[in-house]
Amino acid sequence: MASAKTMLQKVLDLHTVTQRAEDELLLYVDYNVVHEGPFYAFDGLAREGRKVMRPSQTVGFADHYVPTVGRKLGTAGIADPEVRSMVERLQQNAERTGILHFGMADPQQGIMHVVVPELGMAHPGMVIVGSDSHTCTNGAFGALGFGVGASQIKHVLATQTIWFRKPPTLRITVSGDLGRGVSAKDLALAIISRIGVAGGSGYAIEYAGDAVRSLAMESRMTLCNMTIEMGARAGMIAPDEKTRDYLQDRPYAPSGEAWGQALSFWQSLRSDDEARFDAQVDVDGSELQPMVTWGTCQDEASAVSASIPDPRAITDPARRARAEHALAYMGLRPGTPIRDIRIDRVFIGSCTNARLEDLRDAAAVARGKMARIPAIVVPGSMSVKRAAEAEGLHEVFLGAGFEWRDPGCSMCTGSNGDLVPAGERCASTSNRNMEGRQGKGSRTHLVSPAMAAAAAITGRLADVRDFIGS
Amino acid sequence: MEAFTTLRAVAVPYYHADVDTDELIPHRFLRKPLSAGYGNFLFYDKRRGPDDKEDPAFVLNHAQYRRAQVLVSGRNFGCGSTREGAVYALRDYGIRAVIAPSFADTFSGNCVQNGVLPVVLPERSVEDLCAQLEAAPGAEVTIDLANQSVTVPDGTFCRFEIERSRKTQLLEGLDEIAITLKHRAAIARFEAQYRARLPWLSCSSSE
Repeated sequence: MASAKTMLQKVLDLHTVTQRAEDELLLYVDYNVVHEGPFYAFDGLAREGRKVMRPSQTVGFADHYVPTVGRKLGTAGIADPEVRSMVERLQQNAERTGILHFGMADPQQGIMHVVVPELGMAHPGMVIVGSDSHTCTNGAFGALGFGVGASQIKHVLATQTIWFRKPPTLRITVSGDLGRGVSAKDLALAIISRIGVAGGSGYAIEYAGDAVRSLAMESRMTLCNMTIEMGARAGMIAPDEKTRDYLQDRPYAPSGEAWGQALSFWQSLRSDDEARFDAQVDVDGSELQPMVTWGTCQDEASAVSASIPDPRAITDPARRARAEHALAYMGLRPGTPIRDIRIDRVFIGSCTNARLEDLRDAAAVARGKMARIPAIVVPGSMSVKRAAEAEGLHEVFLGAGFEWRDPGCSMCTGSNGDLVPAGERCASTSNRNMEGRQGKGSRTHLVSPAMAAAAAITGRLADVRDFIGS
Repeated sequence: MEAFTTLRAVAVPYYHADVDTDELIPHRFLRKPLSAGYGNFLFYDKRRGPDDKEDPAFVLNHAQYRRAQVLVSGRNFGCGSTREGAVYALRDYGIRAVIAPSFADTFSGNCVQNGVLPVVLPERSVEDLCAQLEAAPGAEVTIDLANQSVTVPDGTFCRFEIERSRKTQLLEGLDEIAITLKHRAAIARFEAQYRARLPWLSCSSSE
């Protein structure tokens, strides 16, 4: 059927203003989301004497540079003047240009990829760009979300559009049920380890199959969030009743008569049965185990029950050389059982894994236990923090010796000063494990929230399945 | 933006796969003003040892490469974070072109926005080029964007592909916003029709 379309194609058709080559489209942008980073974009716009075309369609979040402790004094309490100026500059740029802004003291403050969905801003069928690669998180709603650099943020500020090369499509179908202790994070790491850190390069991914349909919205966000770690342009999941239930009554969701219109439109967005994808990957979800990264690339991951692989067994020379270098950096030897690896600290947070469901998973493991190593829990937003406290999760964490902090990107990139000291090994629920990502000389093991909690209470990379009931 | 037409310059080999933008510029430098000279931060944690002194073993610190304007690297170059600071660092250091078997999408887009040419050559050609550069440190390559060609030290002539719009933007040093604003009327027409059709989609609770 020639007219059968993918969900991506439907979203592109809906947003194409014009095109300059067969596959190069000028797309209208519904939301442009920025953090403190792209100050260059606002500076450039001012220098060029240009205006923000649609201020209400750009949203600013203080997340990368905000402190996660000691906020009583506001930005004045941020000791490092450069860090402080990043938070203040976004606020000044927002005031000057009239864009929406969720600053450090806002009751809705949090990580952009947590708060945009939480406010009901990300709807099926939207085009959402952001100054951060993890803007692909919004794909969980059937939106096309992707990150761009500061120049393109400036372009969107000035024109409310972006030039977009139509990508080939890859469908990843996950069948079966994810087993006990296996989360969306493990699924994402398993996919990345299989197809490689560039395995999705150039593609727009659609995640499908029973296992994806069964995921709660928070888990879908985790999966879509990790899409960029396979190099893909975007990752989307078709909207369904879970999407609808999540969005209903959120502040920026359609309401009244528009709600009904929106629902029937969302129904129409899913890929047609006969739609053709350029590539296909099938994953049996029932075969997966909790995953751990052991290297400095996101595809250097294994099941927790495995041992550190021997790079000599890797046939691709580039990947072998990378693995050898990674093991030297990580201070690990081939053949070491992953469960024997000692951990120095734990970070539970980030746009990947700091939503309420993630904190519940971690708390279920930590409840009644005591952390052997420093562990911090950084909720994704003030709203997540309030909801977690209403359930008493903070008491579970505090009782187990974990720190309970204020929301932000924190130790995922350490730009606010929350760093892993050189040589230390951190079990982290974030998304990147490159050399120095959490601080110069830091060693990162990416895991799920439940696995991170298990690492905190044992002081090593434990198998979470030993700590949870069936 | 400075146009890119032809370049004959020293090329530095850094043949590693999946060089990410955290490696190109660690996050802690992204709060610096551009006037700080982002070239100083390029590969910072690789270029400098724990004592913050230059590591003489790192390739960019070799005397022959101080004036390099071309970087040759492995597949999936520029993966990870969207930080444009990675390109500012390369550009400020003096790098005008990067040659690799493949690039991360966002990174190559950021290059074009800053007058840096991403050149995609087959893996084998890149490997061969790196071997030549390592055998003769300080050797030059010639890049001709109009002809879409790279001439490597042994005289081999390699053609590369690049999207027409990127080529034009680089050759003429065009400002993309100015290009897009030629479609201003079309954008306005689109927006009116879009909002009428899907009134809840754009800025539902704010307008």
